[in-house]
Amino acid sequence: MQRILNNPDNIVDEMLKGFLKTHSDIVEKTDNPRVVKAVQSPENRVGVVTGGGSGHKPAFIGYVGKNLCDAVAVGEICSSPTAAAFLDAFRAADGKKGIACLYGNYSGDNMNVKMAVKMAKKEGIEVKTVVANDDVASAPKDQREKRRGVAGEVLMWKVGGAKASQGAALDEVIAAAQKAIDHTRSVGIGLTPCTLPAVGHPNFEIKAGTMEVGIGHHGEPGIAVCELESATGMAKRMVDIVIPDYPFVEGDEVVVLVSGLGATPVMELYVLYDEIDELLKGKGIKIHRAYVGNYFTSLEMMGATLTVMKLDEELKELIDLPANSVGLKQF
Amino acid sequence: MSIFRNIDGKPVLLRMVKAIQDNKAYLGEVDGLIGDGDHGMNMNKGFSVFEARFKDKEFTFSEGLEELGMILLNEIGGSMGPIYGTIFMEMAESAKELENISLEDFGKMLTAGLEGLYGIVDAKVGDKTLVDTLSPAADTILAAAKEGSDYRKALEEMKKAAELGRNSTKDMVAKFGRSSRLGERSRGVLDAGATSCCIILIAMADEIGEVLV
Repeated sequence: MQRILNNPDNIVDEMLKGFLKTHSDIVEKTDNPRVVKAVQSPENRVGVVTGGGSGHKPAFIGYVGKNLCDAVAVGEICSSPTAAAFLDAFRAADGKKGIACLYGNYSGDNMNVKMAVKMAKKEGIEVKTVVANDDVASAPKDQREKRRGVAGEVLMWKVGGAKASQGAALDEVIAAAQKAIDHTRSVGIGLTPCTLPAVGHPNFEIKAGTMEVGIGHHGEPGIAVCELESATGMAKRMVDIVIPDYPFVEGDEVVVLVSGLGATPVMELYVLYDEIDELLKGKGIKIHRAYVGNYFTSLEMMGATLTVMKLDEELKELIDLPANSVGLKQF
Repeated sequence: MSIFRNIDGKPVLLRMVKAIQDNKAYLGEVDGLIGDGDHGMNMNKGFSVFEARFKDKEFTFSEGLEELGMILLNEIGGSMGPIYGTIFMEMAESAKELENISLEDFGKMLTAGLEGLYGIVDAKVGDKTLVDTLSPAADTILAAAKEGSDYRKALEEMKKAAELGRNSTKDMVAKFGRSSRLGERSRGVLDAGATSCCIILIAMADEIGEVLV
């Protein structure tokens, strides 16, 4: 493995140490080594919490900061944080107005959050949740509740965090975040697999010269394996999956997020975005704002995800609010 | 009629730990076929933390299960942390007032673990999960208690039921958890959770059989 490591079993803790040292102006540690909080704690407003397995940098801790998440629970690589970590994140983000826990639809996260919410209730902390399920390829449309959460989570945090910072009540923050994810669709294309450092070899395969359409953030199988295509072909496939599912139609105003999966050069993401931009404009869809970069990755997987969110007046205002975190800075 | 004294639970817990440690690599292999391959590693980590912390202390069966459950729940995470954490803690809760654990009490403990699990997951028998191992095991003990069976004989029957349950997951298509996304591709492979649950129940049954008075 050509990787920068000490003992692979300690990678999450060592990564956190480096992260906290680098970004001490934005984040700080808590009593729980697996919980990171924003420097500025919420006071008399709703706290926004997320959490998930490690290996998706800058998700999840990269979205702790001003007008975004207030605290994040950190898990092992590709493994849900513990219920205790989620509970401590709720405590760290408690501004006495309730907690909005906005996370992705994975069985481990669902169970641990559910248990943490129960424990928080006993302490008098009210927690409500929104479960992101933007990945179109992970289940048919009539089983949307089974779909995974992927890069659309970034837009959900942006909206939920902005709403909370405006002083909205818990139910309003939850409604805005739920609307954000309901208006959002994503799909990924994988070009190479990824390797868990402690395992040492990939546990799935993408053959050279092929690509996997609809792949998940942990190598969950996609909907089709086909020959590697040009950027034009990839963009067309992604747009053809995402657009009809919502469906986004002529006249819609949208946010587009193109994220790399970790090892794809950022310049290639811009090549992909250029194609996507042309295709959407050709359909009469107006792009209000675009994000291109490594926003939600899968270790060193190559490939990209496309996320599209339809805006209304409320979502537009919340998306446009400034934000300051490691993963997303907006002025 | 033989009886399992709660106070004799320590060797049962330690035998469960040893069984998981011995099967770490095997569980990793089973999980790697349709899961992410970390089941053996995570289970071994949690059970070994329990061993390191409690091997020199005295504890009853219910206290040991409670501590093991807390460690899995609070320190392991993933999916298996809350699943086994809940099962063991609910089993402990059901037996914490008991001095002696009758066959019926043991059946009730297993059922309490299963009911606790149903509180956090929607899986049922046939979904290719550890429910396929635990549910028939609990039923077997309860049925044996009703018939007034011999304790040791009932434990042997429970082992068989657990093994049959584990084997039944091979021909199932996963409906829950990460492997459910593989659909038909999950057929033909044992479920890792059903496999580890079988290993734990067999170790539990074997050592309870040893300490019965």
